[in-house]
Amino acid sequence: MKINKTLNGSALTLAVEGRLDTTTAPELEQEIKALDGVETLTMDFAGLDYISSAGLRVLLSAQKQMSKRGGMKVVNVSELVMEVFEVTGFSDILTIE
Amino acid sequence: MRELTLAATVENIAAATAFVDEQLEALDCPMRAQMQIDVAIDELFGNIAHYAYAPGTGEATVRVGFDEAARLVSLTFIDSGVPYNPLEKEDPDVTLSAEERAVGGLGIFMVKKIMDGMAYERIDGRNVLTIQKRI
Repeated sequence: MKINKTLNGSALTLAVEGRLDTTTAPELEQEIKALDGVETLTMDFAGLDYISSAGLRVLLSAQKQMSKRGGMKVVNVSELVMEVFEVTGFSDILTIE
Repeated sequence: MRELTLAATVENIAAATAFVDEQLEALDCPMRAQMQIDVAIDELFGNIAHYAYAPGTGEATVRVGFDEAARLVSLTFIDSGVPYNPLEKEDPDVTLSAEERAVGGLGIFMVKKIMDGMAYERIDGRNVLTIQKRI
């Protein structure tokens, strides 16, 4: 997995590539813990191959954190990742564009 | 049918996945089904690594079978850790809001949804969990 960070003022974009699973989710979790000063968070999943529940857990904690600020949105979701969001109800929790 | 036995650790999820993927590729498995199977391996091997032998360690076996006529792949996960039948686990409430959601409990539920079949047996002190996916 690879994470590309782009900070534009207080707007942070995390572009996640590869597999977000048990092995790699802790890396993203570290990024989520360091969101001081970030008002809006965009998760760009254009390069995301798949997500397992370990990745969903990180998304949920990011969502909870960002809901107290300017919010979080998820963009460029593939069909496979979208299916995971749908069966787990995450499609109702997340702002997906 | 082929199988691989490994130390049940999070680090070995990648080796278990590579072992299964190699066989799926030989079967011309569509990429989408392969990704779904890989997610299931992450959940199930990960569960064994985290819980089966805690706080100790042990082994896990992954067995791959294929029914040619039905184009049905079977993956069996075997461990000799604490008895655990994931099918008895209650499904999480997927209609709750982010604030109400507990962090966790989704893995098994997701596997049930993205696979075509799931069965559990406790045989000779082992947990034997089989999932099936039509490819």
